[in-house]
Amino acid sequence: MKHIVPAETSDDEGEGLLVRRIKNGTVIDHIDGGEALNVVKILGIVGTTAEALSIATNVPSKDMGKKDIVKISNRELSKQEVDRIALISPRATINIIRNFKVCEKQGVEIPTLIVGSVRCPNPGCITRTNEPIKSRFEVLPDGKGLRCLYCDSVITKDLTSYII
Amino acid sequence: MSFESAMARLGGTSISVSSVEACSMAKGETLADTIRVVSGYADAIVIRHPKEGAARLASEFAKVPVINAGDGAGQHPSQTLLDLYTIRQSMKIDGIDVALVGDLRYGRTAHSLASALSLYGVRLHTISPPGLELPPSLASSLIGKGMEIVAHNSIEDVIKDVDVLYVTRIQRERFPDSTSYFNVASSYRITPELLAGAKKHLIVLHPLPRVDEIDPRLDASPHARYFEQSKNGVPVRMAMLLDVIG
Repeated sequence: MKHIVPAETSDDEGEGLLVRRIKNGTVIDHIDGGEALNVVKILGIVGTTAEALSIATNVPSKDMGKKDIVKISNRELSKQEVDRIALISPRATINIIRNFKVCEKQGVEIPTLIVGSVRCPNPGCITRTNEPIKSRFEVLPDGKGLRCLYCDSVITKDLTSYII
Repeated sequence: MSFESAMARLGGTSISVSSVEACSMAKGETLADTIRVVSGYADAIVIRHPKEGAARLASEFAKVPVINAGDGAGQHPSQTLLDLYTIRQSMKIDGIDVALVGDLRYGRTAHSLASALSLYGVRLHTISPPGLELPPSLASSLIGKGMEIVAHNSIEDVIKDVDVLYVTRIQRERFPDSTSYFNVASSYRITPELLAGAKKHLIVLHPLPRVDEIDPRLDASPHARYFEQSKNGVPVRMAMLLDVIG
C-alpha cells in the first residue's frame, strides 16, 4: 500500500529536520537509539560511498525516548536489507522518497525465517564451510533469539555482530 | 560398522567411504556434490560427518533418504533409538530418573538422548566437568518442554536415585594438558564400589567406545548393559533402514 504524505518528516521530529531533505532515496526512521551505524553497516556502507548519507543518533522521540535516523539518497532497500534492519530495530520505519515526497511508508516486520543474512556463531556448523548453502535461522517466539536450522545453535544476544 | 552389519543382515550391500581421502572431497569437492553423486549409487545414504548440520545439508541435496549417523557435536539420533530400546528392555521409560555423565557439551549422543527423553517425562540428572555441561540452548529447550534437569557435582550425589546411568567419554582434547584430563577423568570413573548403593534395577549404558570411564570389573555386573546396548544397534538400524528404503 502506498501513502502519499507531504514531507519526509516524522511526528517525533517536532520543530524541524536535523538534516536536509533528500530528493530521492530512503529515510529509515525510528531506529532504536544507537543502532544507526549498524543499519549503515547492513546497507553495505563500510567505507567510501557515492551516495549522500545522513545519520542522526539519539534524537529525542516521544514514543521511543531516543531514536536514530538514517537518510540515504538515490537508493531503495531490498527486502533482505529491510529484514536485517528488522532484526536489530523492529520498530523502524522505511520511507521511500521520490521528488522530495514520501511515496511509501512502511514498518519493518521480523520474518519467521532468516535466510543468508546471519552468520552462525558455531564454528563447527556446516554453514561455516564452502558448501553451496545459505545460513537459515528461525526466529524464536517473541523474537527472543534466532535458532540455526542446521546445527540448532541459538543466538540470543549481540545479534548485530552476526549479521552478514 | 553397525549400519553395514544391519544392511548385510537385510540382504543388501553397502558402499563405505570411511575417510575424506577415499572420495572426491579430498580433491575439494563439496559435501553437497558428493551427496548428489552418491544419490545415484545407493538407495539410502547414512552419513557421519564432523560438521554439525551436515546430515541436514545432505538431505537437501540427496534424492534418496538420508540417515544422520552423527554430525560433529550435534546429534546422534540412531544411537538414541537403540538407547531407548535398551532402556525399554529393562523398564518403562516414562517418569524414570536418568543421569547423563561425562562430556555433555560436545557429546552428541547425550544431546539426542536428552531430547528424546524429554518426550517421556524423564527427570534428567547431569554430571559433567566444568565447561562441559549441556549446551545452554539445549538445556533451555528441554526445560521449555517441561523437562526437569538437575545438575550435580558428583555421581555419588545421585547414584542412589537413578534408574539409568548413561556414561559418555570425556575427550582428552578438551583439556589443556594430560594432567588436567586424568584428574577430571578419574573423578568420573564408574566402579563396582560406586554402584554399591544403587537401585537394584539400575542399568549402566555407554555409547562406546569407552576409554577409562567404566572399570572393566563392572562388565560382569548385572547393571552393565553397554555391550547389550551396542548389540541392539544392529536390529534397531535394520529397522531404520527398512523404514526409509521400504
